[in-house]
Amino acid sequence: MARITMREAISQALWEEMERDPNVFIMGEEVGVWGGTYAVTKGFYDHFGPDRVKDTPISEAAIIGAAIGSSIAGLRPVAELMTINFAFSAMDHIVNEAAKMHYMFNGQMVLPLVIRTVGGGGRQLGATHSQTPDAIFAHFPGLKVVAPGTPADAKGLLKAAIRSNDPILFIEHSTLYQTRGEVPEGDYIVPIGKSTVQRPGKDVTIVTYSKMLELSLKAADELAKEGIDVEIVDLRSLRPLDMGPVIESFKKTNRAVIVEEGWKSFGIGSEIMSRIYEEAFDYVDAPIKRVAQKEVPLPYNHTLEQMAIPNVSDIIKAVKEVL
Amino acid sequence: METVSMPKLGFDMAEGTLVRWVKAEGEMVTKGDVLAEIETDKATVEVESGFSGLVARQLVTQGAIVPVGTPIAYITQPGEEIKESGKVNIGPEKKVESAAETWEDVKVFAATEPNPAVVSSSITVSPLARKMASDKNIDLHLVQGSGPGGRIVKRDVEGFKTSAPEATVSPVPAAAMPATQASKMSIPVPVWTGGDSARSDEVVAVDKLRTIIGRRMTESKQQVPHFYVTHEYDVAALLKLRKEVNAYLPDEQKLSVNDFIVKAVALTLRQFPNINASLDGDKITRHGHVNVGVAVALESGLITVVSKDADLKPVRLISAEIKDMVSHARQGKVKPEYIEGSTFSISNLGMFDVEHFVAIINPPEAAILAVGSAKEVPVIKDGEVKAGMRMKATISCDHRVTDGAEGARFMQTLAGYLENPIQLMS
Repeated sequence: MARITMREAISQALWEEMERDPNVFIMGEEVGVWGGTYAVTKGFYDHFGPDRVKDTPISEAAIIGAAIGSSIAGLRPVAELMTINFAFSAMDHIVNEAAKMHYMFNGQMVLPLVIRTVGGGGRQLGATHSQTPDAIFAHFPGLKVVAPGTPADAKGLLKAAIRSNDPILFIEHSTLYQTRGEVPEGDYIVPIGKSTVQRPGKDVTIVTYSKMLELSLKAADELAKEGIDVEIVDLRSLRPLDMGPVIESFKKTNRAVIVEEGWKSFGIGSEIMSRIYEEAFDYVDAPIKRVAQKEVPLPYNHTLEQMAIPNVSDIIKAVKEVL
Repeated sequence: METVSMPKLGFDMAEGTLVRWVKAEGEMVTKGDVLAEIETDKATVEVESGFSGLVARQLVTQGAIVPVGTPIAYITQPGEEIKESGKVNIGPEKKVESAAETWEDVKVFAATEPNPAVVSSSITVSPLARKMASDKNIDLHLVQGSGPGGRIVKRDVEGFKTSAPEATVSPVPAAAMPATQASKMSIPVPVWTGGDSARSDEVVAVDKLRTIIGRRMTESKQQVPHFYVTHEYDVAALLKLRKEVNAYLPDEQKLSVNDFIVKAVALTLRQFPNINASLDGDKITRHGHVNVGVAVALESGLITVVSKDADLKPVRLISAEIKDMVSHARQGKVKPEYIEGSTFSISNLGMFDVEHFVAIINPPEAAILAVGSAKEVPVIKDGEVKAGMRMKATISCDHRVTDGAEGARFMQTLAGYLENPIQLMS
């Protein structure tokens, strides 16, 4: 297997799917001539041409609206929103149209639409450009939400998303593009809506996804030195949410920490915790803990920003508290 | 929309446990259908719906303890919307960390589930440890918790060793007496060879009914100054009348001695309003209705079924009603009206060959009559000993309400009815 970066994995997925299906096309701000803000689509414009790699005006509502229309018309758009923070400008199109049209028109049309976007903080982009509002989007039935934490999953999930006939919000993390990982050779997909165990263990379950998977794996390595054996379940998809591996793991360890980058209130951790209590109450041996972002607009100041975002020692501390 | 509330099934009922919903949410009921079963201080009773319609919402969960008067269900007509008049928050006070203000659930939290591993609130235990202890029949009071704040967790239950004493008893040596001793004392001293055949102690939990009987009777004995008046009745005529009447009745309708006593007591009570009474603080309520409670022995304890307005009903109706109520009680299913509203009680142990006994007053009633067996005894009449039928009864009275003379007059008046039983047939 090749050891490549998340950026390369995502880029490969897009390239391979565009080669495979002429209906797949890319649109977004600076995706063409410039090659994408995170350089994911570098070289695409020259290879696939301006019809399939479309630079758009700076209007998120227009991008998503056009993508929805073209998907209904039979194309398979991959629309890029430069960051998930800008998705709020296209909120009505995303949650009231993309998520609902198949349902409201009695299945007369499908929307094979992928919205690629970038979330997360830690790069000193300020309060409005550093958010992790994943839970907001995962709230809406009709919209699938995917957020990979490894290059292999990113490639497989993006290919699955492009081939899916459902509207999918594909959330990449701004600080994971350089992360390297083993990626299978050849064509493969990772099914949407399947959680997975990224690290087996027996003492405590960490449930996490995306960037926080990376931190959780580091925390687990540290804890292993003290003889604490952590199992890590990676959600990968937030909707549909696959609780199977989470519950299975929890029934084994009876203890859990949920790690998310977004704010704690009404967040992913709240949902996971509720479901564990609903589905595995008799297996609870200690109160479940959540590690999440401090409840403040994310500061620009580097030191303050790092204090607000969960880090490895926060995770280690939480794990020890549930043991 | 109609609201069904927790009924008040006795003078002093403050709350009841909703044991079972008979009608589910979404089911149709007609007026008179049994809606739910409720366990009160006295028995499990069936609550009938006072309305016809749809069980639109159950407001309490099974097992919840619900104060009297609290809404338990909404009955609506098809298409009608539920209009919430207010929120209902009942149940054991749960500690909800920093969420007290967001407590919006209208469902009532169930009381502690019946569970061998039920623990007092002073013990903290994880759900997993609680379940493991329950599965293994481990008493959590004996387990030392190692979690935060002493919480009992999985490892504590796993590591718990039952410290029950070993069940081996060193046998007492048999044949302690040498068999060859040629003594005149040839009768061997019996030797206790140990308790192999002795039954071991049995520990049974005190159930709800037993608990309630215990509490109420203790309260009564401690707080009600009882006095007792015993009277012997000539029941020859009553027994003869009963035999004659029963000759015309099918088996299932035959009258018992007690049916006549209920009627006689009811007629007597009408003349003694101060005994057909209850004390509440500084007031005595002299009840307008004469409702005679009849104590019924059940496997699980004792309940009192109530013959309402027994002074106005014919004996055969009294008899039929009591038979019906007793048969329901034996099946553990009592309707509220069976047990509510008694103004005086009778406890009859006549069927057990009892000379006489005294009963404890069932508060807030002012008196109770304890009835013994009717026996053939020698009686002296006109200076001669003759055979006669006699039955003793003892009234226990609350001295705060009445006095000995009134109690004695009551017993005497009762004699007027029991010994001239034709009056009871009116």
